[in-house]
Amino acid sequence: MSDQRPDNSILVKRLLLTVAGMFAFGFALVPLYDVFCEVTGFNGRTSNEAAVYQEVEVDESRTVTVQFITRNAKGIPWKFEPSIKQVKIHPGEVKVVNFLASNPTSSNMVAQAIPSVAPAEASLYLNKVECFCFNQQPLAAGSDAEMPMQFYLDPDIPDHITTFTLSYTLYDMTANTSAEQMAQLLKTE
Amino acid sequence: MSTAVEETHHDTHHDHKPYGIGRWLFTTNHKDIGSMYLWFSFIMFLTGGAMAMVIRAELFQPGLQLVDPHFFNQMTTVHGLIMVFGAVMPAFTGLANWMIPMMIGAPDMALPRMNNWSFWILPFAFVILLGSLFMEGGGPAFGWTFYAPLSTTYSSDSTALFVFAIHIMGISSIMGAINVIVTIMNMRAPGMNYMKMPLFVWTWFITAFLLIAVMPVLAGAVTMVLTDKYFGTSFFDAAGGGDPVMFQHIFWFFGHPEVYIMILPSFGIISAIIPAFTRKRLFGYASMVYATAAIALLSFLVWAHHMFTTGMPVFAELFFMYCTMLIAVPTGVKIFNWVATMWRGSMTFETPMLFALAFVILFTIGGFSGLMLAITPVDFQYHDTYFVVAHFHYVLVTGAIFSIMAASYYWLPKWTGHMYDTTLAKTHFWTSLISVNVLFFPMHFAGLAGMPRRIPDYATQFADINQIASIGGFAFGLSQLIFLWVAIKCVKGGEKAEAKPWEGAEGLEWTVPSPAPYHTFEKPPKVE
Ligand code: HEM
Ligand SMILES: [Cu+2]
Repeated sequence: MSDQRPDNSILVKRLLLTVAGMFAFGFALVPLYDVFCEVTGFNGRTSNEAAVYQEVEVDESRTVTVQFITRNAKGIPWKFEPSIKQVKIHPGEVKVVNFLASNPTSSNMVAQAIPSVAPAEASLYLNKVECFCFNQQPLAAGSDAEMPMQFYLDPDIPDHITTFTLSYTLYDMTANTSAEQMAQLLKTE
Repeated sequence: MSTAVEETHHDTHHDHKPYGIGRWLFTTNHKDIGSMYLWFSFIMFLTGGAMAMVIRAELFQPGLQLVDPHFFNQMTTVHGLIMVFGAVMPAFTGLANWMIPMMIGAPDMALPRMNNWSFWILPFAFVILLGSLFMEGGGPAFGWTFYAPLSTTYSSDSTALFVFAIHIMGISSIMGAINVIVTIMNMRAPGMNYMKMPLFVWTWFITAFLLIAVMPVLAGAVTMVLTDKYFGTSFFDAAGGGDPVMFQHIFWFFGHPEVYIMILPSFGIISAIIPAFTRKRLFGYASMVYATAAIALLSFLVWAHHMFTTGMPVFAELFFMYCTMLIAVPTGVKIFNWVATMWRGSMTFETPMLFALAFVILFTIGGFSGLMLAITPVDFQYHDTYFVVAHFHYVLVTGAIFSIMAASYYWLPKWTGHMYDTTLAKTHFWTSLISVNVLFFPMHFAGLAGMPRRIPDYATQFADINQIASIGGFAFGLSQLIFLWVAIKCVKGGEKAEAKPWEGAEGLEWTVPSPAPYHTFEKPPKVE
């Protein structure tokens, strides 16, 4: 049996390496998942960066209905809603939709809106030139704001997508914001 | 083979073992460690079972009567965690410790000191987990699947303890798996080549690789939950750029292979028992090996069948649906082989065989309900209902646990040197068989009618079904005390068992006397 000892240690090392590799893989899934979602539109995320508007032919033969939904995450008392429930838009055409937010509390607050598109496939063709969701939104106590979202649809959007929903969930970020950051945010506003 | 018997007989004469508590604390003997795993698993089985009794008592009637909803949620959560990580997995590791060295003609496990560690950290993990139930705010209440944000934003302060307990359990099973792989690869007796290994060894070999592949991912998932909850990261927090759906992907990437970790060793056990009591060779040995490997590989491609309702694109839904259904093919091969083994065999119905037969039939029912759940559009209705609860209890209780009971009755004479009380054992079988079906079969109907899982109260139209299930539950719980009684009685005494108490049994473990001497195969046996 003694000649088997060295074998054991090599094998054990390999297996431990596999374990370490799989532990790392678990964490690697996080960036991999992001890339995967971005490429495939899986999970209906939209890009966090502004799309640069490219001159594209407006396809007037088709109209797509875009619906807007807003939702407050637990614990944020703001009023938050789109100025219009839905728009009809030709692929290639640029539109602006305003979202209205008001902070009814007596303290200054900061919020972050997180977008999501259903069906997820449509997220690949939604280009936002400007969106309040790219940044955090500060609102002084008792104030309100009109927040624009400018977008167009890629003319490549498949024919079977005739309607899709863009939803925003609003999260309270006040606790994660220091007093100085808050002052800064409110000033630039 | 006869030489092996003589050699080990010789061993029994100087069969020294240490005495007292020290023997158990410091032992590196695979049989001692196997026994400790098995007893530990039995204690956990009864502990988790007690929690199930709380659940069934609360659900006996509609309305809230015995426990408050938060405590109910802790019971469903900890019941699941204990049964998965405390009962089923340690029982298999215990069986692996006892049987693998004896089946491949090795003197012990390859890494005996690590073996001691991998057992002894386990009780601490469960003390931590159970202890968290008594903390302010209670223990884990987010389901054994600990979905974020339930386990992050909305969980109690004791969640860190849950995370550490899972870490320890994970380390324990990873060490156990490494030990199994090294033992099988390096310690086989001369002539015991891979395609001669008993199927229990094969299935455990493949299970060990699954464990090594996915337990670290589970460790990663709980670590992310820990840092999200306590250190301000946002892996699963949408507000900070994370994604709660990603939690489910990571969890089920572990979770689905995990369910096969809990069933592959059963396939090995059943493949040992059916031929023994049919007095025929196992039909299709090689196809069994390949089917096991196929199931293990496919199990990495189906995780999202737990997530059909998260709003995946249609293409992904179809992909995971077809892959899931594909697993039914190698599983079907196995069922076919067992039935073909029995075909025209001269069968007898000793207790291990009764459990094995019940396994084949009831596990198949569980497989069929699994196939129903795999149909994406149908799963939209069944998901998170009692239909899912019925499905996984058929595969886990009448599957995994019945196979563990079958294994216990099959090898108890070898372990203890005594024949158990067969009348009592058969009573245990019949009471379990009837009560388990009274308990879980009606749950299919409750689920089809729309009763959600993990809820302490329900609409009154489900009252009768739940009452029946609860009665079955109490009866099943009580029946397990018979098992305890049989086991204790058999350890203490009983009719002397022969080296090979089952006429048709095959394998090296039957060439050593009963009880198996403390040291076996110190000189490797000859395998023809
Ligand atoms: C033919 C084989 C199988 C198929 C097709 C299958 C399919 C499925 C599907 C689709 C689900 C998700 C149901 C839902 O949540 O809506 C599920 C859940 C589950 N299955 Fe299976 N399954 C099979 C075998 C097994 C086996 C062998 C085990 C374990 C030994 C198992 C354990 C589980 C568990 C524990 C769950 C529930 C997880 C949870 O949500 O808590 N299944 N199965
Ligand atoms: Cu699964």
